[in-house]
Amino acid sequence: MSDTAVRHRGTDRLPERAHTPGRGPGPFTHTAVMAARALRISSRNIDALITSLALPIMMMLIFVYFFGGAIDTGTDYDSYVMYVVPGVLLLSAGFGAATTATAVSEDMKGGIIDRFRSLDVGGTPVLAGHVAASTVRNLCSTALVFGVALLIGFRPAASWSGWLVVGAVLVAYIVALSWISAAIGLLARTPEAASGFTFFMSFLPYPSSAFVPTENMPDWLHGFADHQPITPAIESLRGLLLGQGVGNTPWIALAWAAGMLAVAVGASGTLFRIRTR
Amino acid sequence: MTDPIRPGGDSAATIEAYGLTKSYGKPAVRVLDGIDLRIERGTVFALLGPNGAGKTTTVRILATLTEADSGTARVAGYDVVAGRSAVRRSISLTGQFAAVDETQTGEENLRMMARLTGQPRAAARRRAAELLERFDLTAAARRPVRTYSGGMRRRLDLAAGLVGSPEPGVFFLDEPTTGLDPRSRQELWEAVRELAARGATVLLTTQYLEEADRLAGRIALLNRGRIAAEGTAADLKSRVGGHRLDLVLTSQEAYMKLAGRAVHHSPETLTLGIPTDGSAAQVRALLDEIDPAGREIERFGLHSVTLDDVFLALTSNTPTPNAPTTPEASAHV
Repeated sequence: MSDTAVRHRGTDRLPERAHTPGRGPGPFTHTAVMAARALRISSRNIDALITSLALPIMMMLIFVYFFGGAIDTGTDYDSYVMYVVPGVLLLSAGFGAATTATAVSEDMKGGIIDRFRSLDVGGTPVLAGHVAASTVRNLCSTALVFGVALLIGFRPAASWSGWLVVGAVLVAYIVALSWISAAIGLLARTPEAASGFTFFMSFLPYPSSAFVPTENMPDWLHGFADHQPITPAIESLRGLLLGQGVGNTPWIALAWAAGMLAVAVGASGTLFRIRTR
Repeated sequence: MTDPIRPGGDSAATIEAYGLTKSYGKPAVRVLDGIDLRIERGTVFALLGPNGAGKTTTVRILATLTEADSGTARVAGYDVVAGRSAVRRSISLTGQFAAVDETQTGEENLRMMARLTGQPRAAARRRAAELLERFDLTAAARRPVRTYSGGMRRRLDLAAGLVGSPEPGVFFLDEPTTGLDPRSRQELWEAVRELAARGATVLLTTQYLEEADRLAGRIALLNRGRIAAEGTAADLKSRVGGHRLDLVLTSQEAYMKLAGRAVHHSPETLTLGIPTDGSAAQVRALLDEIDPAGREIERFGLHSVTLDDVFLALTSNTPTPNAPTTPEASAHV
């Protein structure tokens, strides 16, 4: 028993036994199982599912038919629907990602996180599972938005490579926004608060070129709108979908997404450790 | 039984802790103030204490979910800090709140846990079915957990803890029956007994002496972050009697005369509590001895020693059965 006398942790740790009981699976298995779990759970929350699918379409119809007639987008666009679709796609990415915050916060409330930790599942796989599920949900609602947009007169003229970049930018933003949302879920003490905190993400597309050209905004807002992360995404989607030149805008968009993702992953890792201490 | 026994289960399945301390918050509140524990392999051990005594913190440290500020602990032969992953693979934890998904079915929950421990799909399905059968949940396997009763939920939680651990394993059960109705409590006790019968090492926390008594071989009484007493149920109860005979006396004189041998005093109602083992023979003898003429005792009642009784007797300066004091000194505790 001499080797187990009182000692302070971190100074003189006991050697791990060479003989460990069965190696656990890696973080990829954990993430896959967590993603399947999150999808199964959200597929049973029918109300939330319908809302997350129907809301973006309703937003698009509202903009095209209620406001569209009064918005002057210049002479580059045949109709407002040609202008607004990228904005609606990003708006729905924001809405969809926000549900991740509620899901993460629900997990933190109960004992399930302790169970996962006692099964040696780390915080990152748990969050990555939620983010993966959010991405799948969002791609479904994105497909739906595209479908309805085609029905009401949206005629994309993107090249094959253009479509690929559109897909890449959309997925990058959905993943980044979902992970930010997961961090918010860890920050909020209740699921209700989590859902409230995600407001800014759903709001971010408004002060951008998503719905109206930024030139019409007051100077101070114009400056913000041109330099916030949503604008390069919208500009690249719009340019690519309409077959116009986009220059390096998609790269700027992807850089923004990568930056947001890096910050969100870092912050959520720290928050997870604080919440589970 | 066809339980897959994972390799490495031959390590000494004991729990040992030395000088664990833990403080929380600012200003720091000391939740654990030097806990030493030694739990032999294949035994059931109860940590008994009121809310806030440090039971959950102790379990969380031993189950690697929280790190102690100082002190060291080994579970199943591994240090809880340096060998965290190995400890996690050796133990099974059931917390105060059922750690299962409400919207998934019982079967889906267990399959998910099994997959998380690295079992392939087919093995996970088999293991889930086996555990559902064993915890009598087969009929409810395909229902969402939110439709389960409290008892079913705890049993599923126990099963979830078992999914990946080698058997006989090391179990931490943190207040497993708190909030359960009597029938569910019985069912859970049965499940714990079955684990014990298979040779598991179990550390359970409880606020109920009766529960510790029925399930555990040894009991440690935790009070304000320290172990106040430790021993078998019989040891602890013999120190306070096991049962308490409450006597309502006819007069102040009779009360004063008998107060010295009582463990419970209530001068307002002229009531005294006297420790006893609860047997008819001893109660009869006690009554005869105290009141041979049959005039001093108006009424009596017999009840089992409560946690309060054990607790007050073992953790404070209030009277123990063999330590006479005056009623004035101990009437208000």
